[in-house]
Amino acid sequence: MKVGIVSYGAYVPRYRITPEEIGKVWGVDGKAMSKALMINCKSVPSPDEDTITISVEAARNMMRRCDVSPGDIGALYVGSESHPYAVKPTGTIVAEAIEAAPNLTVADYEFACKAGTAAIQTCMGLVGSGMIKYGVAIGADTSQGAPGDALEFSASAGGAAFLIGSEKIIATIDKTCSYTTDTPDFWRREGEMYPRHGGRFTGEPAYFKHIMSAAKQMMTCMNTTAKDYTYAVFHQPNGKFPSRVAKQLGFADPQVLPGLLAPTIGNTYSGSVPLGLSAILDESKPGDRIFAVAYGSGAGSDAFDITVTDEMAHYQRGKAPTVKELNSNLKFLDYATYAKFRGKILLGGE
Amino acid sequence: MTMRRVAIIGVGATEFGELWDSSFRDIGITAGLAAVADANITADQIDALYVGNMSAGRFIEQEHIGALIADYAGLARDHVAATRVEAAGASGGLALRQGFLAVASGLHDIVVVGGAEKMLDVSDVESSIIQSAALDQEWETVLGATFPALHALIARRHMHEYGTTREQLADVAVKNHKHGSLNPKAQFRREITRETVMGSPMVSSPLRMFDCAPSSDGAAAVVLCPLESAKKFTEIPIEIIGSGQASDTLSLHHRKDICTMEATRMAAKRAFAMANMTHKDVDIAEVHDNFTISEILAIEDLGFFRKGEGGKATEAGLTGLGGEIAVNTSGGLKARGDPIGATGLAQAVEIVTQLRGKAEKRQVKDANVGLAHNVGGTGATALVHLFRRG
Amino acid sequence: MATAPRFWRENPSRYNLVGFKCNSCGKTYFPPRAICPVCHRKSVGKIEVVKLRGTGKIFSLTEVHEGLEELTLQKPYVLAMVEMDEGPKITGQVIDCDACDLQIGTPVRATMRKLSEEGSSGVIHYGYKFAPVRERPEKAE
Repeated sequence: MKVGIVSYGAYVPRYRITPEEIGKVWGVDGKAMSKALMINCKSVPSPDEDTITISVEAARNMMRRCDVSPGDIGALYVGSESHPYAVKPTGTIVAEAIEAAPNLTVADYEFACKAGTAAIQTCMGLVGSGMIKYGVAIGADTSQGAPGDALEFSASAGGAAFLIGSEKIIATIDKTCSYTTDTPDFWRREGEMYPRHGGRFTGEPAYFKHIMSAAKQMMTCMNTTAKDYTYAVFHQPNGKFPSRVAKQLGFADPQVLPGLLAPTIGNTYSGSVPLGLSAILDESKPGDRIFAVAYGSGAGSDAFDITVTDEMAHYQRGKAPTVKELNSNLKFLDYATYAKFRGKILLGGE
Repeated sequence: MTMRRVAIIGVGATEFGELWDSSFRDIGITAGLAAVADANITADQIDALYVGNMSAGRFIEQEHIGALIADYAGLARDHVAATRVEAAGASGGLALRQGFLAVASGLHDIVVVGGAEKMLDVSDVESSIIQSAALDQEWETVLGATFPALHALIARRHMHEYGTTREQLADVAVKNHKHGSLNPKAQFRREITRETVMGSPMVSSPLRMFDCAPSSDGAAAVVLCPLESAKKFTEIPIEIIGSGQASDTLSLHHRKDICTMEATRMAAKRAFAMANMTHKDVDIAEVHDNFTISEILAIEDLGFFRKGEGGKATEAGLTGLGGEIAVNTSGGLKARGDPIGATGLAQAVEIVTQLRGKAEKRQVKDANVGLAHNVGGTGATALVHLFRRG
Repeated sequence: MATAPRFWRENPSRYNLVGFKCNSCGKTYFPPRAICPVCHRKSVGKIEVVKLRGTGKIFSLTEVHEGLEELTLQKPYVLAMVEMDEGPKITGQVIDCDACDLQIGTPVRATMRKLSEEGSSGVIHYGYKFAPVRERPEKAE
């Protein structure tokens, strides 16, 4: 049976901070950093937001756009590297918040930035095998970079949710394939607040190797080249990496720019490809074909070949904000407020 | 209603303020002894004791307050009946009513009613949390509401519906500080200006620090006895001619109209009915001004001014000494202080003092009938008592 | 500070604005109760659980400067009384805005945010806060 996206929803907090503002505090040329990373600003969550609230908002936006009864949702997975609890799943709270509880299975996923797409693959399997009618896959994060570290210029917050099913599909997922190895390019130990990374090691042997491998595997399997796709979206830890990998695969700017969000949102980690895909779906039309490849450190890549269906013409996209709308009405912060919001300032006595 | 008539034959109070050297027991006993001495009675004549207190359990980790005060007042040996009464900010007024009912019913003859609160032994943060227990925990506090914030919502709406101004709110505090400067037992005894109020730190817009009554330590007490035997103890018995109590929804958002405290209106209606009087008969009133906006609502809801006119009336000086109706000559909660459980009794002490003609610099001329108005929470409980020179 | 079971019990209302409709008088109320405050015992058996849509208008508001300790990072924060479309009024914070952008009458919509947590190792409590309803731009940038 055909399996695909029945509905989707996105959420990005409204606060932003620029690399210049961050650079000022750490004696770094923020403007140069901004250019090097191709990031103009990144999103910052409010102190009362976290991966759970972002997932809820994205999932509720997803439900607003379709008529599916939440009771028909058989599974819900949230992929993140900033789940608020180490033990107690984000997914149960999201399930209650969209009234999908209690007759469903839930689990939280972690695989650095590709936990959300791993959730999509799982839902595809559960739906495709007939085990469930609908599954929800969410990728969301409120990741942190250590103060003064290069990652602080890009680590941001946001997420998107996908309702996977086999009826009234707005975009079929015709194929998914993955490339996974043990590659320690970026990690965070249990109990540590900030991740660590291998500097240049995160490039060629990690990001590029896995994305290219998964992408080539997909194109071989589907017998396609870049020209066969209307859009392409890749994991975007900054604006530079996805632009480079897109060029290497033969994609042109008009295919890549609609899903390239890092310049205005930063790196939303598990939300990266999900949000990029949402931005593409916000403007896509029936017949459009989408090439999506996520990357998660540690390391792995999930590739997807997606085709927008005629059902998209009837889709109630207007019932929830588009990514462009979420990227408007912004409030820019100074570093002090940003540090306060992100809990980087030690508060007195507890 | 065949009830006995009840009189106040003695009053007493501590200073209100930061009483670091005094414990809860100390202040309770000090006020009680003063009232008992003023009434010229002895311990063995006391039939019952009522104590108004909001939250000793959290302020000083002590419950069972009735027994505590009875014991330290030396009344435990006589096994006096002792009762603690709680209704948040209206604990004192409600305790007064319980004492009144005990004597009026004929069950007891001489009853001491006191109120005490020791608020400053905990931090400001903790104190604020404790006081917010008067609100709806599940649907107000948990969602971010504080006691001042809810009153700020009332103020904002009152300004929106009736054009009440920021200056008029300030005038309530200015007037009450003026009165407080004439009251040797008041917590704050310096006069202030509109600028003092409007330049003070913001608490919850539009209410600033000087729009809010302070936290205080303090206690006050009265002695009640049947009117028919009052003259045995005092030259000028003051009769409690009316007592009214009413409740309303706990949370502010469930009220019919957040700019009106229906509980105040009902309690007043009931008290006036019992006394066979109207607001026109009242010469002096102690009202519950825990916030400046609260006094504006009170003088409207008690009937002294039409709804919406409270701000204008205050601005025009109609509620000052020498005005149409002297409101909060003690300094009110704002300047006299607000040890929560004691306030309702402190109001009664002020009215009695005024009706006896003993208020010195703040005396209201020919004061014959007085009113005390005590509120719990944002208006979920209200007590109104009427007093007349006997 | 709310304890875990006491908070958990109200989750349906805090997450999804579950209230009730009295089918005796037809009015909608929030939060849920055992009986209708108007119809009293006549409402027994006639109480219908309903979920509010989440949209309403600001009835009154204030900018809280001295507020709850758990909201220290967001001081000052906006607290409002919101009149929901179905009738009941609800007290809650208003977020994603500056106080100066809000007035009595501003339309708002409920969202889910963190309300508090029982310390850094305790349970996190979630519930409704309100955000101004933004006009959707015709031509998004």
